[in-house]
Amino acid sequence: MDRLRRTMMFVPGNNPGMLRDAYIYGADCLMFDLEDSVALAEKDAARFLVYNAVKTVDYGNTEIVVRINGLDTPYGKNDIEAMVRSEVDVIRLPKTETKEDVLEVEAIIEEVEKKIGKELGTTKMMAAIEGPLGVFNAYDIATSSSRLIGIALGAEDFVTNMKTKRYLDGMELFTARSQIVLAARAAGIYALDTVFSDVDNEEGFRKEIEFIKQLGFDGKSIINPRQIGPVNEIYTPNDKEIKKALDVKRAIKEAADKGSGVISLNGKMIDKPIVDRADRVLHLAMAAGIYKEESGYEE
Amino acid sequence: MRIIKRAIAGTMESSDIQIVVEAGQGIEIELKSSVEKQFGNQIRKVIRETLEHLDIKDVKVIAVDKGALDCTIRARVLTAAYRGADIKEDYNWEVIN
Amino acid sequence: MKNNLGRDIPEQIAGNYKIYQGPFEQAIEGRKSSPKIIRVKPGESKLLASLEDAVIKSGLKDGMTISFHHHFRSGDYIINNIMDIIAKLGIKNLTLASSSLTSIHAPLIKHIKNGVIKKITSSGLRGELAEEISKGLMEEPVIIRSHGGRARAIESGDIKIDVAFLGASSSDEYGNANGSNGNAICGPLGYAKIDAEYADKVIIITDSIVDYPNMPASILQINVDYVVKVNEIGDSKGIASGATRFTKNPKELLIADYASKVIVGSEYFKDGFSFQTGTGGSSLAVTRFLRNEMIKQDIKGSFALGGITKPMVEMLEEGLINNIFDVQSFDLVAANSVSKNERHHEISSSFYANPHNKGSAVNKLDIVILSALEVDTNFNVNVITGSDGVIRGASGGHCDAAAGSKLTLIVAPLVRGRIPTIVNKVNTVITPGETIDVVITEIGIAINPKRQDLIEQYKKSDIPVYTIEELKDKAIEIVGNPEKIQYEDKVVALVEYRDGSIIDVIRKVK
Repeated sequence: MDRLRRTMMFVPGNNPGMLRDAYIYGADCLMFDLEDSVALAEKDAARFLVYNAVKTVDYGNTEIVVRINGLDTPYGKNDIEAMVRSEVDVIRLPKTETKEDVLEVEAIIEEVEKKIGKELGTTKMMAAIEGPLGVFNAYDIATSSSRLIGIALGAEDFVTNMKTKRYLDGMELFTARSQIVLAARAAGIYALDTVFSDVDNEEGFRKEIEFIKQLGFDGKSIINPRQIGPVNEIYTPNDKEIKKALDVKRAIKEAADKGSGVISLNGKMIDKPIVDRADRVLHLAMAAGIYKEESGYEE
Repeated sequence: MRIIKRAIAGTMESSDIQIVVEAGQGIEIELKSSVEKQFGNQIRKVIRETLEHLDIKDVKVIAVDKGALDCTIRARVLTAAYRGADIKEDYNWEVIN
Repeated sequence: MKNNLGRDIPEQIAGNYKIYQGPFEQAIEGRKSSPKIIRVKPGESKLLASLEDAVIKSGLKDGMTISFHHHFRSGDYIINNIMDIIAKLGIKNLTLASSSLTSIHAPLIKHIKNGVIKKITSSGLRGELAEEISKGLMEEPVIIRSHGGRARAIESGDIKIDVAFLGASSSDEYGNANGSNGNAICGPLGYAKIDAEYADKVIIITDSIVDYPNMPASILQINVDYVVKVNEIGDSKGIASGATRFTKNPKELLIADYASKVIVGSEYFKDGFSFQTGTGGSSLAVTRFLRNEMIKQDIKGSFALGGITKPMVEMLEEGLINNIFDVQSFDLVAANSVSKNERHHEISSSFYANPHNKGSAVNKLDIVILSALEVDTNFNVNVITGSDGVIRGASGGHCDAAAGSKLTLIVAPLVRGRIPTIVNKVNTVITPGETIDVVITEIGIAINPKRQDLIEQYKKSDIPVYTIEELKDKAIEIVGNPEKIQYEDKVVALVEYRDGSIIDVIRKVK
């Protein structure tokens, strides 16, 4: 089954307490940051800290992503080397503009994997798109490497580049979000939305989650454990959706038992998109703990 | 590797350890820890092992610990050691463990 | 010898005291203690000019027992001032029977060194005084008693108070005193009530003399010998904080979330239930979560108990709980509520938690949420010594509420910095594991095996359930294995269980 990536929580890379505790809040993915949250004079310290934490701490099933510094900085190359060696799950590129940005990082990843005798391709990648050029090249970026698991929107840089700022209704991000989710879906990888910085504005945050869910995003980057609950809640299917998904699965089973190739439910034919959607609904329901495969769903 | 100048890494925040390295004779560790009674020996051991791994033979370490885990101690010693050896972004990852 | 929790009690102590056998195993007998009969005639004045006069008039002599309360918390000026005067008068070898002592009482160290104080009994010790005592400052071990245990000891005569020096926010000249009027308000005087009733001499110390009669009074004129006016009884900032703030700490919120789920999922969460919560971040958050759930399910509580904070007062005012039993208010909102809300009842420590009366309030508790410095794999809880073995806390009402309540929950982070909370063996037992039902941490809960009913019930929930050993292993996995604390033979404190038996001793740290 595909991995859930509803929440990807930013953790500043130079904070030992947060690196230790971040996993307990139940985010699907943790993103340790070596880039913007780390002062230039502490880049080495954060890198060694994240390197040792990832190697030592048992983060359970949580997916560990590290946001590295770009290769246009003095730090990018060592960031990659350290993170591949620490066996991080995913390396996240900041400010991706073109597919070449991805390929350059990939080349270094591959070099390190070879050096340490790691199976090639184990280290996955993710690209953050944070400017108009990147948005324009979204599909090229999304299809540039088989290591890519997803693309994400980074809105803060984007709105500045666009000579605007962030508004609560999010209209300034509409094109970028649409383009990114479209590119991700076309490439068959994940689409992750940008952060919502005002942690105390739960109502605004909820509206934004509803909206990006409607657009088709798989999840959202978050900056505080308190933001995990609302995302999971909104991404959790309701009773009606779960029941329908279960009906679909039952119909498939019945059809298979009868040896029939045509699956129908209440007189309507069930085709692949409906089956896929049912699978996704049940997967989300299971993650939320309201449905268990063995025990079934209790209303 | 040789420590050629005084260098510092880490903070005095909870769960962190501040490591100062200076040129010295042999490995000398001066530790103040909020968990001295429970973990003092373990902290000294991790500091020493990390230094030995980098083949540092002469260094004075002044450490102020606020309950850092072993992985944090290792990271702060590595950072301070490379800073003290004046090595910037030119690491030999083969020896960093 | 080892008591039945496996705690090592030196033979000499075991010979002189009852030893812990179980929460309700001690036989009881005898009559209550009683104070001297003293007559105040019409026309006699109780007002004295100074604290020095009060000490002299009280007839305090070498070897006597004096008492104080801790309602002024870290803002208290009374204990230090009185002890200075006593020392100046040359009185020695006293037993100090304070309901508790805080970090502001570090000046007592010099009075222990100069022989003014020979023995201490208290709920807790903090700061420098606690550290010095842990290092072996006193010849006689301190006796640590719970709030209920202290009430029991005073009523039974185990503690015989010769003179009680009781600070009050206000008093009239005849000794009717309370904590609800005056310059520095502390709320109920629940811990002082018992001293006033059982001490031979009772002296009220206040900075606010009001017109007679000062009613309703926590301490009544019939029990008071003298009243003294001083400039300041304490620092009002240290006595009661403005209002207790709601935590934003995500770890505390996560623990509170699990605790609320455990409560709401239990059979005890129903109309008419009662509860007690503490003042820690997680505890207060639980109160808030419970409030929301009570509104959602239309459930009303019968009473809330204990040290009282603003969130509970709000629930009383909203009609979500019908009564508050308040032995001590922790903030100004709570302190002010007692005098204006007739369903907010001031109670004494005996009413609150005394195990040897005809039924204290903890007996009627359904649910209590308590904190812990350490919990061991037998569910024993330590709230008095740090992981370094040094005294830094208080017994409080911990073991009382745990023994009385139907569902006792411990909320604590799995680790604090590098210190594991769940351990093989706690440094000191305050509350026996047989009175603890569930331990709640940020990664999940552990249920006491004696509660198979709860184990069955929560197995099906979405709360992660572990054995206590698994929680301990997870803590050790994160922080590593701590070295055992090295103690000397010298005993610096005896820990009395609420029934008067010795449950543990605290030794001098090497």
